[in-house]
Amino acid sequence: MAQDVLVIVQFSEKGVAKASLEALGLARELADAHGGEVLAVPLGQGGEELAPVLAAHGADRVLVSGDENLTPFAPEPHLAVLATEIGRLAPRVVVMGNTLQARDLAGRLSARLSAPAAVDVLSVRLDGDEVVAVRPLYGGKVLAEIRLSGSPVLLFPRPNVFPVRPVAGKGEVETLAAPVTAPRARMEAFIAAPAGKKELSEADAVVSGGRGMAGPDFSMLEELAGVLDAAVGASRSAVDEGWRPHTDQVGQTGKTVSPALYVACGISGAVQHLAGMSFSKVVVAVNKDPDAPIFQRADYGVVGDLFEVVPELTAALRERKG
Amino acid sequence: MDIIVLVKQVPDTEAAIRVSDDRAAIRTEGLKWVVNPYDEYAVEEALRIREALGGSVTVVCAGPARSVAAIRSALAMGADQGVLVSDPALEIADSLGVARALAAAIRGLSFDLVLAGQRAVDDDAGLVGPAVAELLDIPHVSLATKVEVQGSEILCEAAADGGAKSIRATLPALVTAQKGLNDPRFASMMGIMKAKKKPVEEKDLVALGLSAADVAPQSRVTGLSFPPERPPGRIIQGETARDKARELARVLVEEAKIL
Repeated sequence: MAQDVLVIVQFSEKGVAKASLEALGLARELADAHGGEVLAVPLGQGGEELAPVLAAHGADRVLVSGDENLTPFAPEPHLAVLATEIGRLAPRVVVMGNTLQARDLAGRLSARLSAPAAVDVLSVRLDGDEVVAVRPLYGGKVLAEIRLSGSPVLLFPRPNVFPVRPVAGKGEVETLAAPVTAPRARMEAFIAAPAGKKELSEADAVVSGGRGMAGPDFSMLEELAGVLDAAVGASRSAVDEGWRPHTDQVGQTGKTVSPALYVACGISGAVQHLAGMSFSKVVVAVNKDPDAPIFQRADYGVVGDLFEVVPELTAALRERKG
Repeated sequence: MDIIVLVKQVPDTEAAIRVSDDRAAIRTEGLKWVVNPYDEYAVEEALRIREALGGSVTVVCAGPARSVAAIRSALAMGADQGVLVSDPALEIADSLGVARALAAAIRGLSFDLVLAGQRAVDDDAGLVGPAVAELLDIPHVSLATKVEVQGSEILCEAAADGGAKSIRATLPALVTAQKGLNDPRFASMMGIMKAKKKPVEEKDLVALGLSAADVAPQSRVTGLSFPPERPPGRIIQGETARDKARELARVLVEEAKIL
């Protein structure tokens, strides 16, 4: 069986998505362990220019197509090219970072190829003919070991879990000739998030506010986030109150985050919120209720009024940063 | 406008999850089951479209017999009829197997639009909706926060990496619902009474023209565990908020190596 690993690369005018670089690192590791090559597939206009970056992160071959139907991204044309190429190249594993774009491709690709898929993967190993992945269930309340059989196996690693690894691959560029069908669902406009707004699921630090914020003014948290280079999140209570957009919600019915630092301000720590942030490396909680469940999950807790503590923390960190 | 809504019954998000002794499954006794929260947005959107344009709303659910409660909940909100796809072979099926069963059930129905939650909050995979679209050979829009029917097309707003996008798709299409799409209504007492009399058809794989082999899993859960416990945390001491904040800043920088 071919031991190659194919990586579906996502990119924008800002370059290769961090989640794709992480996926390349994982692919390189799997390929090296089993004597295969890493095939990177950045589909769409501008993909070819990314070849040096992809090679510097482990890609042996870079397969590109600038067909006009591939830009902007639409699921069906991308799927058509990917299905054809995966059929031709027969990789053992296909990897794509679990971004929102991946959510558009994962289920369709699985159905098209009759291939098993694991989403939000935290670790992977190959075991004979099977791929063994660990992924969270029930919003992270439980971890499941999953055995996937079939070829290829589709893996969608959770962002911020696998490291970006600078490791050289051969980086040979090939242009794909297959014609691409027009999409039946196409993007008409992209509405960029406000400048400076960081993506929650990819941020290295997250500062979140809950019911204790007592209103829609999160400027205090935004200032702290500024010092920490963090994204700003919110609990379900804060979102349900209409204080923050639903896209900011961290929890089982919102986004799952796994940053290096998570600062929970005025969040009591409902089970469904804890599920969304339990993979954070360092957790800080600020809450005036000493019995709040969030303190059970926090590495560092401050019992106190967040409206007093947070500005002082911002000032103290700013001072230390110099 | 004939609309299909896919729903799934899942454990309540506030429920603590316990694992069976053999670690192969969760313990379901005493568990409170609810309609997957994202599916409620899908049901609500279907009802709003039917109210504006006429037509029907059919709820399709795959799951064990208890799942009929999820269908009844959607019927109580106002959906017209339900189909429960239930078969022992589905109990070990993976996302693709479930998608195949659902697609087969949908093929037997008239539809212009299929709505589903963007993911179920039990296995959190988000694979089934787009997989059903693929199997039905129709376009899909995932993570929709707005859906507008315009003749033979839909115009959606949807979450995207780094922002949001508007997407136009031809009908029939499948749309997965994201939080923010709408505020689902509560079922009225009248709605709950009426729901008891609405038709719910139960189908097994044979009735759908499938066999157990069609839904045989290629992925299977071989062990459940809990995330590692965090070592007990430390409550930062200090006289004033300022003292505590300064001590917290110190430990974050010096011990946790933040910044």
